[in-house]
Amino acid sequence: MSDKVKVTIDGITVEVAPGTTILNAARQIGGDIVPPAMCYYSKLEGSGGKCRTCIVKVSKGSEKDPRPMPKLVASCRTTVMDGMEVMNITSPEVIEARSGVVEMLLINHPLDCPVCDQAGECDLQNLGYEHGLQKTRYEFERRTFERIDIGDKIQLHMNRCILCYRCVFTADQITNKRVHGILNRGDHSEISTYIQTAVDNDFSGNVIDVCPVGALTDKTFRFKNRVWFTKPIDAHRDCPTCSGKVTLWYKGADVLRVTARKDVYGEVEEFICNTCRFDKKKTADWTIEHPTHIPDTSVIASNHYETLIPLPVIQEDERLKEANRVELEKTTKF
Amino acid sequence: MSRKLLLEHINVPGIHTLDVYRQKGGYRAVEKALKTLTPDEVVEEVKKSGLRGRGGAGFPTGMKWSFLAKPEGVARYLVCNADESEPGTFKDRYLMTHIPHALIEGMIVSSFALGAKTSFIYVRGEMMPQIRILEKAIAEAKNAGFLGKNILGTGYDLELYVQPGGGAYICGEETALLESLEGKRGNPRIKPPFPAIAGLYGCPTVVNNVESIAAVVPIINDGGDEYAKVGIGRSTGTKLISASGNLVRPGVYEIELGLPVEEFIYSDEWCGGIANGKRLKATVAGGSSVPVLPANLSIKLANGEPRLMSYESLSEGGFATGTMMGSGGFIAFDEDQCMVRNTWNFSRFYHHESCGQCSPCREGTGWMEKVLHRIEYGHGKMSDIDLLVDVAKKIEGNTICPLGDAAAWPVASAIRHFRDEFEWHVNNPQLSLDTNYGLANYAEPIAKAVSTEN
Amino acid sequence: MLKVEEQQPVEFSSALIEKFEEIVKRYPEGKQKSALLPVLHEVQAVLGWLSPAAMDKIAEYLSISPIEVYEVASFYSMYFLKPQGKYVLEVCRTGPCCLVGAEKLMGHIEKSLGVKENEVTPDGLFSWRGVECLAACGYGPVLQIGPEYTFYENLDEKKVDDLIQDLRKK
Repeated sequence: MSDKVKVTIDGITVEVAPGTTILNAARQIGGDIVPPAMCYYSKLEGSGGKCRTCIVKVSKGSEKDPRPMPKLVASCRTTVMDGMEVMNITSPEVIEARSGVVEMLLINHPLDCPVCDQAGECDLQNLGYEHGLQKTRYEFERRTFERIDIGDKIQLHMNRCILCYRCVFTADQITNKRVHGILNRGDHSEISTYIQTAVDNDFSGNVIDVCPVGALTDKTFRFKNRVWFTKPIDAHRDCPTCSGKVTLWYKGADVLRVTARKDVYGEVEEFICNTCRFDKKKTADWTIEHPTHIPDTSVIASNHYETLIPLPVIQEDERLKEANRVELEKTTKF
Repeated sequence: MSRKLLLEHINVPGIHTLDVYRQKGGYRAVEKALKTLTPDEVVEEVKKSGLRGRGGAGFPTGMKWSFLAKPEGVARYLVCNADESEPGTFKDRYLMTHIPHALIEGMIVSSFALGAKTSFIYVRGEMMPQIRILEKAIAEAKNAGFLGKNILGTGYDLELYVQPGGGAYICGEETALLESLEGKRGNPRIKPPFPAIAGLYGCPTVVNNVESIAAVVPIINDGGDEYAKVGIGRSTGTKLISASGNLVRPGVYEIELGLPVEEFIYSDEWCGGIANGKRLKATVAGGSSVPVLPANLSIKLANGEPRLMSYESLSEGGFATGTMMGSGGFIAFDEDQCMVRNTWNFSRFYHHESCGQCSPCREGTGWMEKVLHRIEYGHGKMSDIDLLVDVAKKIEGNTICPLGDAAAWPVASAIRHFRDEFEWHVNNPQLSLDTNYGLANYAEPIAKAVSTEN
Repeated sequence: MLKVEEQQPVEFSSALIEKFEEIVKRYPEGKQKSALLPVLHEVQAVLGWLSPAAMDKIAEYLSISPIEVYEVASFYSMYFLKPQGKYVLEVCRTGPCCLVGAEKLMGHIEKSLGVKENEVTPDGLFSWRGVECLAACGYGPVLQIGPEYTFYENLDEKKVDDLIQDLRKK
């Protein structure tokens, strides 16, 4: 008996460890069938289930109990069962419901991308392009908040927040003391410190990296440049507090900002400390490794030609490898 | 007279005290269960009774109990959900005010059945007087040896506490209630795991409504089979119905399930008809979350047969022509009531009570309220009506907890059955501020009304 | 976000601390955070509202961080984060009560007290607000007055006027 369970997502079967969520099973397959996730963050325990963008249809519960699940489920928080069949982009019902969720996320979002530092690397922007309507049906005033400074390095622009709770989990799990949280209820909910308290912690800067939108931004980078004009370079330094593995964002010879390295799903690989993030902005501080791999779907990737890496499933599955041999050979030349 | 199982002695003076309650046969169920039955036998009786959760979902209580995980060395909890806040429902307040020992007796028997050593009654914070009543009654019961260590010499220990809420409808959802009981914001948890596996403090937990727990008392006294004889079909036993709105005699009534709706509204034994000699326009049969029905469909099924107060009969016809039993909050609307205004009012309630955790409910409830406000106050557009239907559809089923559905159903059903009234509002903005649409054809024979649904 | 210039320090009386201790005892070891909601009620009953200093003090007592208290206090509608009148008239404004005239009654209260919703009368005695369903739909219109949440049922304008008069005299 195999200790792995089989799950089929949009017709592609993959074997995963028991207890894996549908979303993570889909990420093992990779490509278009991976549901988008705005609140789930694999490195943060307890995250997910809130934004509802990753909802999918379970058309067959499992081999034992083939009944479909009555409602669409959040793929980030639903574990796979052996023989489960899931429909994501092949289900019109899912696409419609997801575009509904995107519409809800956008009705109170200011859509101020032209002046937002996150533009170009914003999950909500990407989601909006893919599922959003051309025109809003919301004809009321959007809710607004005052901008607040959380410490001298981070600015909270609550208007843009989609309440994913990631920054709260980060403060709970990465830093030793959480001073900000969710206040109020319903659509009045806001991220705040309630009373003016400085966020003073070695790892507080990570809330910037986990924020899927432009609600938490780096004040040292504010309005310096559009991200697609900067060149990301992986670098490291010998840091006593964190791993020191970062991405430097260059414009010409200047390092405009430092962030943690992110994977294809926009999640940081390793959290970095505030010293690396805010205080080390000279090339001399760093050992340069190589240009950062940017997924070719990103606007930052324009003019980068080194991302034609075949999907992991092709590399692993012998049949797919054989069927795509010609393409694969071309890829390896790069 | 129909049978009364919960409220039989409600009019006895002093029934809220332990002495009078015992004179009337109170705490027999505790003695019977603890001295003559095993916990599994108690669960078996409740299963046999066919009792269904009285809080709204109608899930069989015995089955819920049998799902409880029982790992060695881990505490188990029973939590009573007394966070009654569904508009139209006030039966639990009534029960706790007048006959608190019925709840406490049910808690003791149920805790024994589940093997809980500590149990909580989570009462909404606004019911401070009821909290005081319960605390006093618990002290009485403890003095008489029904609570505390070694109850009635059987070796069973139980501590019972009352926990106040802070004012949030969402805490009626069982996982939000547990979060609140843990001293956190009342955000519903993402399921699975269900509370039966990991509930309060991560331990196996059962959450039951006040009325469900009180109903355990007659079930143990008379036996599950005897209880199952009352009622109709799978709707066994009696149900407390909170009747409100434009009725001659609003209030809490204990009915045998299966009573015709028409009899409930018009009979002098019950609500005594519509107040001020008006005619019935619409009803909400189970608390504000369930679909609203026009008068004709409230009283009769689409096939012309009488509609009964039972889980099955009320939901007959699905959402096209039916509604739900819910928590038994029966609201009657007379011909002077405006459906648009009422829908807006309910929508404002759900907007106010959304916890804000998941996006469709957080954003959608506010959106619906604003659109409905616009229609009610004369700035509506014809396209708003379809927009509302679409927004409701996008909330329904896509949220973490049932509050999203509860917010969507009243809006969707009001438009389904009263669309012409919404259109009249849009077309006559000035007129609709001063007068209202009236009865229209909603009280006409069924054939006419069915054609209005799409 | 609240900007607090100067915080009045808060001290809890020994009677109050005793009450806290009794509440905390109900919960298993290490789960003292469960006491937060009842403790907030107790403090509000004494102070009339929950000032940041009071909330900080509660956090200290329960060994949790202040933000956890702010999060909870701002979530639930019964906790006042601003000073209120001595008597807060909370009128139910949800469906069934509106069917029997709650909205008219709220208009009347506004006129009699001469202040808008959530405002305090100049003498500091009263404030009023509409609240969502109080689960007394059959006896509407209803209102409640904290901190013991005394309940007044089947109200009309006269009954409300009498009630306000009585409270003024107290």
